[in-house]
Amino acid sequence: MQARIRVVVAKPGLDGHDRGAKVVARALRDAGMEVVYTGLHQTPEQIVETAIQEDADAIGLSVLSGAHMTLFRRVIELLAERDAGDIVVFGGGIIPADDIAELESLGVAKLFTPGATTASIIEWVRANVTTPVA
Amino acid sequence: MSERTERELPAESGQTAEGHESTRIRHRVSRRHDVPTLVARAREGDARSVARLITLVENGDPALPEVAAALAPYAGHAQVVGLTGSPGVGKSTTTNELVKALRAAGRRVGVLAVDPSSPFTGGAILGDRIRMQEHTTDRGVYIRSMSSRGQLGGLSAATPQAVRVLEGAGCEVILVETVGVGQAEVEIASLADTTLVLLAPGMGDAIQAVKAGVLEIADVFVINKADRPGADATYRDIQGMLGLGERAAGDWRPQVVRATAVRAEGIDDVLTAIEKHRTWLETSGNLTARRERRASVEVEAIALGTLRARIGDLKHGTALSTLASAVAAGEIDPYAAAEDLIKGL
Ligand code: B12
Ligand SMILES: Nc1nc2c(ncn2[C@@H]2O[C@H](COP(=O)(O)OP(=O)(O)O)[C@@H](O)[C@H]2O)c(=O)[nH]1
Ligand SMILES: [Mg+2]
Repeated sequence: MQARIRVVVAKPGLDGHDRGAKVVARALRDAGMEVVYTGLHQTPEQIVETAIQEDADAIGLSVLSGAHMTLFRRVIELLAERDAGDIVVFGGGIIPADDIAELESLGVAKLFTPGATTASIIEWVRANVTTPVA
Repeated sequence: MSERTERELPAESGQTAEGHESTRIRHRVSRRHDVPTLVARAREGDARSVARLITLVENGDPALPEVAAALAPYAGHAQVVGLTGSPGVGKSTTTNELVKALRAAGRRVGVLAVDPSSPFTGGAILGDRIRMQEHTTDRGVYIRSMSSRGQLGGLSAATPQAVRVLEGAGCEVILVETVGVGQAEVEIASLADTTLVLLAPGMGDAIQAVKAGVLEIADVFVINKADRPGADATYRDIQGMLGLGERAAGDWRPQVVRATAVRAEGIDDVLTAIEKHRTWLETSGNLTARRERRASVEVEAIALGTLRARIGDLKHGTALSTLASAVAAGEIDPYAAAEDLIKGL
């Protein structure tokens, strides 16, 4: 049985904009990946613990609420605390260009904004997320 | 000044590039662990190591025999409870409530939740956790979503070995939620000590359950969504159907309980029924019988998998296709071809 890329797709924060997360989850599934979908209103603590228990290769966060700086930063911090910094963090939503630059310098691997095609997201994941080496 | 800056710049960017390189290498290393270390850490309850071991099992990693050998001493330490029933009947919600009750009783709990893989791409959306998020940060609970990875019996090929990993990790109760597509989902009965079949009024009713063949595998029927009209009728249907079956003295009579999982009602009754079945298993000697049946299914599956792989490797992978061409051309019959193949092993 071949290894499959496992991605946790999560919606942190209090808003209910879940279309993007669902579109991305379905696209990654259709690209042959295993997507753990957590549903809405997840705390960074829950998201990181989920990724660890699920042995995820990556965490994809969807943030349209404006709270992206706090949420992404906290997830990155918690992963480092749990010695799980090898889990790739990426995501998308309503995120201004300046913030994207800052988040990427904090360790977020890639951010997609409205209009990004699912094909480009799949391509990026395939190129940048690997399954574990035993 | 400008000279210094010029010299510093390339040096600095060189350092950054090196920094990136070394983080990448560090990442790789932190994801590679030897099996004894993983097992030792999993024994201490380290979720990451448990998770990695289950991945090795799921991927049929070459280290699998080593993993299985390391885990063998812990076999049988956990009570395994299966939950099956049509999609939407409330398996995940019930699992969540059972976890809550078991945690209140101080037990360590593992959950394996299987969802179907797409037959076209092999990918999967695993969504059972959505209903269990309140337990995510409880270190006494480990939840793992599994894709069925093409398997049709309601579990994935790796589920039995994942149960072993969780036993090794000290889980006292392991809840296994099946895919729940309904038909022929009987694999769970050979994995679990106690199998719960969930029904709900108005959907997948008693007659459906009989058709799907799940009547025979149920140790406990849970009529969930008892808040809905028709629950009493479903309850009576099932009781009636159980009355028809012949049972020898000392045989287990499946329990039927009502629950409203969304309101956490009836969960104690479900747990009582599970315990009652457990006691019967122990006193009647059936626990050993079930465990042996589980092991026999496991061993046979591994042996068949190995055989299939060896057949695939015969004559550098050409043996089967050569024989297949001959059979298709009518030069040899399929039984003779199969004999040929087996002789080659
Ligand atoms: C539809 C919508 C809603 C729907 C949401 C329905 C639902 N279930 O999702 C409803 C009507 C409920 C809604 C409500 C609100 N909304 Co609204 N909503 C939108 C709208 C118009 C489109 C969002 C959408 O679904 N897009 C389609 C999806 C597919 O695109 P997407 O999410 O952007 O995802 C793409 C990328 O961003 C990226 N991506 C996203 N997530 C992820 C994750 C990963 C892992 C990856 C790789 C990529 C990725 O890839 C996707 C594909 O391209 C946007 C405006 C806009 N143009 O974006 C406002 C918008 C997001 N909403 C906004 C606001 C303010 C609200 C409300 C607070 C309004 C109010 N005052 O009541 C409420 C909040 C309600 C709540 N409980 O949260 C603001 C947010 C402002 C901000 N962040 O600063 C926006 C930007 C509108 C605006 N210009 O002001 N909204
Ligand atoms: N009315 C009612 N709805 C329920 C009950 N239990 C679960 N549900 C709902 O049924 C839907 C499916 O539940 P879920 O646990 O995901 O079912 P599964 O597919 O069998 O795992 C969800 O919307 C639940 O909230 C119940 O006791 N009563
Ligand atoms: Mg479910």
